[in-house]
Amino acid sequence: MVSRKLEISVGLFILSGLIAFCVLVFNVANVKVQSGNSTYQLKAEFNNIGGLKVRSPVKVGGVVVGRVSNIALDDRKLVPIVTLTMDKRYDHFAETSSLSILTSGLLGEQFIGLTPGFMDDDIEILQDGDKVDDTRGALILEDLIGQLLYSMSSKDK
Amino acid sequence: MNLIDSIANIGRSAIHLVMGLGRAGLMLWGAIVHVPNLRKGGPLLIKQLYVLGVRSVVIVVVSGLFIGMVLALQGYIILVDFGTEESLGPMVALSLLRELGPVVTALLFAGRAGSALTAEIGLMKSTEQLSSLEMMAVDPLRQVIAPRFWAGVISLPLLSLMFSVVGILGGHLVGVEWKGIDSGAFWSILQASVEWDKDILNTIIKSMLFGIVVTWVALYRGYEVEPNPEGISRATTSTVVQASLAVLALDFLLTALMFGS
Amino acid sequence: MQIMSQQSDINQSPLVEINHLGFNRGSRVIYEDISLTIPRGKITAIMGPSGIGKTTLLKLIGGQLTPEHGHVLFDGEDIHQLSRNALFETRKRMSMLFQSGALFTDMNVFDNVAFALREHSGLSESIIRKVVLMKLQAVGLRGAASLMPNELSGGMQRRAALARAIALEPELIMYDEPFAGQDPISMGMLVKLIRDLSSSLSLTSLVVSHDVDEVLEIADYVYVIADKKIIARGTPTELKQSNNLQLQQFLEGRPDGSVPFHFPAEDYQQELLRELD
Repeated sequence: MVSRKLEISVGLFILSGLIAFCVLVFNVANVKVQSGNSTYQLKAEFNNIGGLKVRSPVKVGGVVVGRVSNIALDDRKLVPIVTLTMDKRYDHFAETSSLSILTSGLLGEQFIGLTPGFMDDDIEILQDGDKVDDTRGALILEDLIGQLLYSMSSKDK
Repeated sequence: MNLIDSIANIGRSAIHLVMGLGRAGLMLWGAIVHVPNLRKGGPLLIKQLYVLGVRSVVIVVVSGLFIGMVLALQGYIILVDFGTEESLGPMVALSLLRELGPVVTALLFAGRAGSALTAEIGLMKSTEQLSSLEMMAVDPLRQVIAPRFWAGVISLPLLSLMFSVVGILGGHLVGVEWKGIDSGAFWSILQASVEWDKDILNTIIKSMLFGIVVTWVALYRGYEVEPNPEGISRATTSTVVQASLAVLALDFLLTALMFGS
Repeated sequence: MQIMSQQSDINQSPLVEINHLGFNRGSRVIYEDISLTIPRGKITAIMGPSGIGKTTLLKLIGGQLTPEHGHVLFDGEDIHQLSRNALFETRKRMSMLFQSGALFTDMNVFDNVAFALREHSGLSESIIRKVVLMKLQAVGLRGAASLMPNELSGGMQRRAALARAIALEPELIMYDEPFAGQDPISMGMLVKLIRDLSSSLSLTSLVVSHDVDEVLEIADYVYVIADKKIIARGTPTELKQSNNLQLQQFLEGRPDGSVPFHFPAEDYQQELLRELD
């Protein structure tokens, strides 16, 4: 009753729909298939996280090495605590490494820049659950402008 | 007397409305219950997938390409003033995935496939083919309505995914090939901002619901047609109008639910 | 096989019995109080002017419409009290030839005839093929098996629909205006087919029509419906001899008589002379 040609064209239709789905998932949303073991967690305290969001990237020299997986406020110290989920492939960061919240472009989204620290015999490698101490918070544009105005007015004197 | 007449009119149209909704609901239920089975329903479903899905591919793909290109061009003109033309990627991809993909595909589908559905069912009714099925002890809901309903619900998400992909490619064509945005920047910023659960899953959910609404309206309009040529042409028009309005209204609701908070 | 068992109780109870049936469409009364019986193995005809709802009567018998009051008994069972499943089972024993033919436009003639067999009989495809070819041979359309319905003439469509209607070998076949809009040759073919089918398969036939000559030629018993009720009944010879004025006007096709030529209106002269306000 149903001709072969028709069956083939319907098959192609469904196939191309599924291909479109895969293109969207893997190329556009860039989902990486990863098992639970291939990541490790780091924590860091910042004084101000600015516009940082969950899923913001963590970059080393522009290469994405992890993502922000949680943002919370420390109950006692009342400072933001950010949890980073790092890719297991990049697990050789020394504990002297520093984190800073940067902005891509003038108005772009914010991300965490990781600057690897120096290696030495008595310095350990960051492990799962470790805390990064050396952090610099987000630059707030208003503060920056305020400082600029202040320094200009003090120069005038 | 006049007042009582107009009150009676309100009452009558309310009763009509409720009865119509009831019949439409029963029809939807009948269509959902009769999921096409492999032996008898399979060939019917494949045929309808061809009629509703395959035949809509060309219009959907061509529209997707052009809409993606237009979006990119307009977006570029605005973004270049702020020096953030690299954000063109996410702008095109997010507008396509979140809104334009499901909505425009559903509107095209209502015009291309929905109207054809209504006319076909209306013709089957006016030539007594539906009555004839009933007299042959075959439920028209199972034989005629259900395969078309399911074909619509399956086709629309697939079409809408194709629309978005082609649209993003169209955006890439304009942004990267023509306006000279760096290809790497285009893709990486796009990939950083599109989320699989929030954007892609929602686009599928949206277009599935639109598929239900459009096919339902088209089938109901055909099923309840006045069996004569004027009735069929009126029903075809009202399918396109009502399905389109329903899609737009539902889209607002869904957007508020998915992205509102 | 079914025919044998039928033969034994033939002439006993009628196949269809309609008792005091009433039906309204909206606020319009179609039938007030109709009672009739359709005996087994005979051709019963229902005649009447257009617009009195003859098709409605067939749909009432088929259970597609529900009456205001009264009963339709098919083989002793009240059609409108049956559950949906039982009604569908009962419908497999009856079939209906629609005025338009109602062939499925997306299938060819062969598939149309095979449709009910594939749905209900559970026979293998090779047996179905043989049955379908036999039915098509009976209506003279075996050569047209692979054509689509829109490639057939009106008369051929109706014959193909007839082949489909007898595919499941029903006990009752209802013809809705089988002669309407046919040229004399197709008319002659249909008359012959209906008569042959009725006698060879010992079908019970119900013909609804306003084509007086053809109906009187083939019917065993005729009911004439007008003004929401049955105005005459009898064999064709009895009807021809009746002195009922309304009946004679209908049978002879006189333009004026007890059924007036004019739709009710105010006085002709008065309406012509009246000035517009």
